[in-house]
Amino acid sequence: MTQTMTANQPTPEGKSRRAIEVRGLCKSFGDNDVLRGVDFYVNEGQVVCVIGPSGSGKSTLLRCVNRLEEPTSGTVLVEGVDICDEETDLDQVRSRIGMVFQQFNLFPHMTVMRNLTIAQQRVKKRSRSEAKKIAMANLEKVGLAEKADAYPAHLSGGQQQRVAIARALSMDPDMMLFDEPTSALDPELVGDVLDVMRNLAAEGMTMMVVTHEMGFAREVGDRLVFMDGGVIVEEGDPTEVLTNPQHERTQKFLSKVL
Amino acid sequence: MKRRTKKKLNQWLLYAALLAVVVALGFVADWSAIRQNFLDPEAFKAMWPEIVTVGAKNTVIYTVVSFVGGLILALVLALMKLSPVGPYRWLATTYIEFFRGLPALLVIIGFVLVVPIAFNYRFPAGAAGGAVAALVVVSAAYMAETLRAGIQAVPKGQEEAARSLGMSPARTMFSVTIPQAIRVVIPPLTNEFVLLLKDTSLITAVGAAAGSRELLAVARDGLVETASGTPLLMAAVMYLVITLPLTQLVAWLERRQGKSR
Repeated sequence: MTQTMTANQPTPEGKSRRAIEVRGLCKSFGDNDVLRGVDFYVNEGQVVCVIGPSGSGKSTLLRCVNRLEEPTSGTVLVEGVDICDEETDLDQVRSRIGMVFQQFNLFPHMTVMRNLTIAQQRVKKRSRSEAKKIAMANLEKVGLAEKADAYPAHLSGGQQQRVAIARALSMDPDMMLFDEPTSALDPELVGDVLDVMRNLAAEGMTMMVVTHEMGFAREVGDRLVFMDGGVIVEEGDPTEVLTNPQHERTQKFLSKVL
Repeated sequence: MKRRTKKKLNQWLLYAALLAVVVALGFVADWSAIRQNFLDPEAFKAMWPEIVTVGAKNTVIYTVVSFVGGLILALVLALMKLSPVGPYRWLATTYIEFFRGLPALLVIIGFVLVVPIAFNYRFPAGAAGGAVAALVVVSAAYMAETLRAGIQAVPKGQEEAARSLGMSPARTMFSVTIPQAIRVVIPPLTNEFVLLLKDTSLITAVGAAAGSRELLAVARDGLVETASGTPLLMAAVMYLVITLPLTQLVAWLERRQGKSR
């Protein structure tokens, strides 16, 4: 619902519908060319899943979007703002992009509540009570309100990842980046995390998800992107790509994972 | 079965040998001379309570001041060493390598005798002040490396998570990285504190005023006055009284932290 509404909103140049736009992105680590000219976009309200074998550059692409990785060349526009521009306030842009890591990366020396409030207070300059209120609402959303005073070490992996999602949501981001959010989890804990992500998508959140969960990609994704060797090999409707892959490399990869 | 008996026999032989050595030493030793030289009640009375009120007190003050000063300077050096700005890194590296490569006693003598003349500057509290400044400078070089290692031991993902929430590099350092580095760094820093405590005895070499003598200086003066080793033994006991609880405290802190992880 929300998704169609966002997409239909009148836009001045028709450009601002692009939440993320990547053009000709290249990234090398020394002699290793990880990304070799990637053109990629995510529209507002869209869920785009990125799949591919390990080393295909999919995580690097995602990490370039909030400049955790410095692009070697090419452009990355977030809501039309060039994040590599010297003039851009990178911290300000980042506070609008929620990021969820494979390894959760909760702050182990802080309680769950503090994990959720510190950036709200320090970056968004919210008052302590306001930050706590928002944090609590987001903890309820991921079903972990009773863990507010626990330390991350006392939570299961699945719970930690849901807290990490709540932490990102507490900044009221315009979009969320997920970097293999379920890859470090025991199989029985994956479902809870995917449920949270499914609900987010239903609310109309703009999402870029690097994942190995083909079921999730098919069910929730608006578009599926298959990467290999630092380029996008194939993209399109998830069901279409998964059931009827056109490219040989896509066929080979899917035959291995499905 | 046979092997076990053999092992047991070997063990008893070792105990017997140790006992024989102790007994032999007991016979050979001149007990009255030992008592006179290390456990002389007259010498003890002459030293008490000066050895505590002056010696131990000053040792603790010098140690704490050099440690706190050294730690602050070390943090600056560690951050410089991790800086993306080349000249900061080179400067920090040069400083650390320079002062780690010199004997502490040389630096102390340099600060007390040469710096006041060369820079026309008088340290507050005289020779003791100069010596403490030297200990700050030297200990900072050691602690900077410890802090740098501690900061680098914090997983990269922590910094990435903080930065992706929009925190600035400085905010990330002080709210996320350093609090976690402290855990890693407490044991080596305590070790440094104990080393520093013992290094304050080097101040004896530059001769502080009577009221600002530290433990070893008081004991050495006592050694000359009473012609007995008793003051030295008293000083030794006092050093241990300070250092042993400290190492125990750290062991306890580590255990407690281990739980909250």
